[in-house]
Amino acid sequence: MIARQDCDVLVIGGGCAALCAAIAARQRGADVLMIDHAPFTWRGGNTRHARNFRIAHDEADDYVPGRYPAAAFAADLARVAPDGDAALAALLAQHSLTLTNWLRAQSVRLQRRGRGVMPWSQRTAFFAGGGKAAMDTLYATARRLGIPILHDTEACGIECAGDRVTAVEVAHQGAMVKLRAASVIACCGGHQANRDWLREGFGAAADAIAVRGMGYAQGRLLRALINAGAVTVGDPGRGHIVAVDARGPAVDGGIVTRLECIPYGIVVDCDAQRFADEGGDTARTHYARWGERLLAAPGQHATLILDRSALARAASTAFAPLRAPTIEALAELIDLDGAALRKTVDRYNAAIVPADPNAPESWRAMALLPPKSAQALPISTPPFAAFPLQPGITFTHYGVAVDGSLRVRRDNAPPFANLFAAGMIMAANVLPRGYLAGLGVTISAVFGRLAGEEAARHAGR
Amino acid sequence: MQADDATEEAERALRLCSACMFCDDYCAVFPAIAGKHDYSLADVSYLANLCHNCRGCYHACQYAPPHAFAVNLPQALARVRSRSYAGFARPRWLGRAFAHNATIVALVSALCVLAVLLVADPATLLSASSGEGAFYRVVPREIMVGGALAALALSLTTLALGVAAFWRAIAPDGSRAALLRALPRALADAVTLRYLGGGDGGCGDRIEAPSRLRRLYHHLMVGGLALSFAATAVGAYYHRWLGWEAPYPLLSLPVGLGAVGGVLMLLGASGLIMQKIRANCTPSATETLPGDYALLVLIIGNAASGLALLAWRSTAAMGLLLTLHLGLVLALFLLLPVSKLVHAPFRFAALWRAAVERDQCGSRHRQD
Ligand SMILES: Cc1cc2nc3c(=O)[nH]c(=O)nc-3n(C[C@H](O)[C@H](O)[C@H](O)COP(=O)(O)OP(=O)(O)OC[C@H]3O[C@@H](n4cnc5c(N)ncnc54)[C@H](O)[C@@H]3O)c2cc1C
Ligand code: SF4
Ligand code: SF4
Repeated sequence: MIARQDCDVLVIGGGCAALCAAIAARQRGADVLMIDHAPFTWRGGNTRHARNFRIAHDEADDYVPGRYPAAAFAADLARVAPDGDAALAALLAQHSLTLTNWLRAQSVRLQRRGRGVMPWSQRTAFFAGGGKAAMDTLYATARRLGIPILHDTEACGIECAGDRVTAVEVAHQGAMVKLRAASVIACCGGHQANRDWLREGFGAAADAIAVRGMGYAQGRLLRALINAGAVTVGDPGRGHIVAVDARGPAVDGGIVTRLECIPYGIVVDCDAQRFADEGGDTARTHYARWGERLLAAPGQHATLILDRSALARAASTAFAPLRAPTIEALAELIDLDGAALRKTVDRYNAAIVPADPNAPESWRAMALLPPKSAQALPISTPPFAAFPLQPGITFTHYGVAVDGSLRVRRDNAPPFANLFAAGMIMAANVLPRGYLAGLGVTISAVFGRLAGEEAARHAGR
Repeated sequence: MQADDATEEAERALRLCSACMFCDDYCAVFPAIAGKHDYSLADVSYLANLCHNCRGCYHACQYAPPHAFAVNLPQALARVRSRSYAGFARPRWLGRAFAHNATIVALVSALCVLAVLLVADPATLLSASSGEGAFYRVVPREIMVGGALAALALSLTTLALGVAAFWRAIAPDGSRAALLRALPRALADAVTLRYLGGGDGGCGDRIEAPSRLRRLYHHLMVGGLALSFAATAVGAYYHRWLGWEAPYPLLSLPVGLGAVGGVLMLLGASGLIMQKIRANCTPSATETLPGDYALLVLIIGNAASGLALLAWRSTAAMGLLLTLHLGLVLALFLLLPVSKLVHAPFRFAALWRAAVERDQCGSRHRQD
């Protein structure tokens, strides 16, 4: 049984947004209660899987080199998501300036430049040990600040009177309880792990999508907010979807299953035919393109084929590739027609134009349909290697709309007076499409902190 | 060393880690696996010994059990590490001593004390005796020194053979010059226990509570051991070249060094035991813990018996305390190649290879 049912600020969620909101509200003197659907073992939300976060900074420090002005941050964001809320984007960029200092003040350890093997990034700072380590630290800080945290406690619905949320219905230890608070902050992420909801957005193909993050992102409160009149932003049929190793788990495979080596090989469908230009986009984000392509492929399945020298150039993978001494033997391993695969590989090899022998990245095979416009190296040195591919979703570009004070907006009415949202549940306000590395955590941390402060202020603190 | 479930499990975990790299700030293991696709058996035992078992990466791991990937890198590496101690032991049959290591440590200790008792002069064992040369009236000096030196020589030779076998298996490609260049860095990493502490955060004894105490206790213990060795060396010098005979006065150098060393060893080893008990043992290979505890207890026994001897050396207890202390010291010497003590040279070898590879990596980067 829950000892106390009333608090100044009720924070719903257990990831970065919730922790930042709870800590910020508590530091303003509010009496905070935090509830998370996940049990203790799985606390931390999808932030467990995050590594780095985007920050504007005016000068180099121990964690980021060079400078990245807030205006440049906002401009980058406007480039990938021109239809985002520009005012919120500016707020995000501006407040990201102080994010590393704020996190460090909460004891979060960041990776010093030059330590480890991560390439330095001018635009993002890295959590030392990754998101789980950082979240564990924030949990320790929250506890030190005296914030009670209920795990295994799901927010299921809200009760409203006019523009106010009067109670949140919560499933806790097998019973439904109502929690009342002066302010409520929804930090409970998106709905990308809710298969039925995904099917509404993506059709039957949704069944073949691996959920890269945790299974607790069911969007139950999101649905309740929408039913209570919250305005939505973005599109539930759009998401950040990447190519992942099909041998990974259906849920919670995290970052290790993504395959970054597609440009080095060819990708074939169930009929052993190529269907897209593997060299078309060799930027680090290329694997995000492949999500959509796989979603459109028959059976949402395809296979990446490499040879020995291509594999040597590839980044490490979570699972060892399937390997065979001949293309035919490889085809058998992956259930493809050997003769068809051999033909595809031979045609590809024959079409390669080795432009500059010293710059293999410029080799092309343009006579093919589809062509391969870069990195067209022959697939000829055994052993040959294959990775089965599947689309994996990181998040959907969908959530509730908020105003500049992070209050949830309502249809044809002023925003909720005491209901705030932060993190992935409202990310589509600034990111209705596309992605920039490290944006997820920054959205959660910056807006979480702002929402926490705003909610405490609203509660009279 | 042979492939088995433990090495396969370690390889599986390492593969996931190299695709993840979230922990690359923590220790030398992660930079050493960056970009790797395949792991030879030698690679796995090298990496297992490079790991300092700080357990930081376990708590940081989003794939730790009950996750389907069930990554428990510290445990997987600890299993391989203990396999490598056994697998590279020379002569090979000595490797079996690692299977029931706590029992072996206890048995060898008991036998050593017994052996010293047997060579001691029964007449002096229970009677008070003091003044110059009192110790040697209990155990004759030739036996004491000869026994200790013989034990040490035997142990060090055996240990050296094992470490050489390990080094041959893991040695990096590189010139002698590259090896020498990397030596200072490797020594510094070993002596400072740079990687015993999950980056700067401290050891992951428990979730949310990283702590630097383990490194501190280890430093105290090793410092204490070194001082005690120094005490013995100074004593030998006094005896051989100055003709002064033990026991030395309370305010002499050997007694001072020995007393401080003993206290540090006591503090360090008990601290380590405390940390071990307090720690969450999920990331440990629990089957290796009894051997660890046994060795720590033996070190405590060495320090405590030495201090007790100092305190009661002019009473009737001196004879028995001396035999006990000599027996335990002898046991420590003999157990060098067949106890947790082997972790020191093995880890140093691994750190050395890591330092060489870091240099090679560095120069590669500079070139392009
Ligand atoms: C594999 C992967 C890698 C990523 N890598 C990065 C990265 O490197 N950098 C980056 O910036 N972003 C990254 N992201 C995105 C980033 O993780 C998220 O954008 C960010 O962590 C979202 O934080 P959040 O607090 O809003 O949501 P989450 O961290 O997802 O937290 C949501 C929380 O709400 C809880 N919850 C859900 N429903 C309810 C309910 N009804 N009642 C109570 N609690 C509920 C959940 O248990 C969870 O604790 C990654 C995402 C994934 C999946
Ligand atoms: S221990 Fe876990 S979090 Fe750390 S690198 Fe390995 S897989 Fe990644
Ligand atoms: S336990 Fe510590 S030393 Fe061992 S691999 Fe993990 S982080 Fe490195």
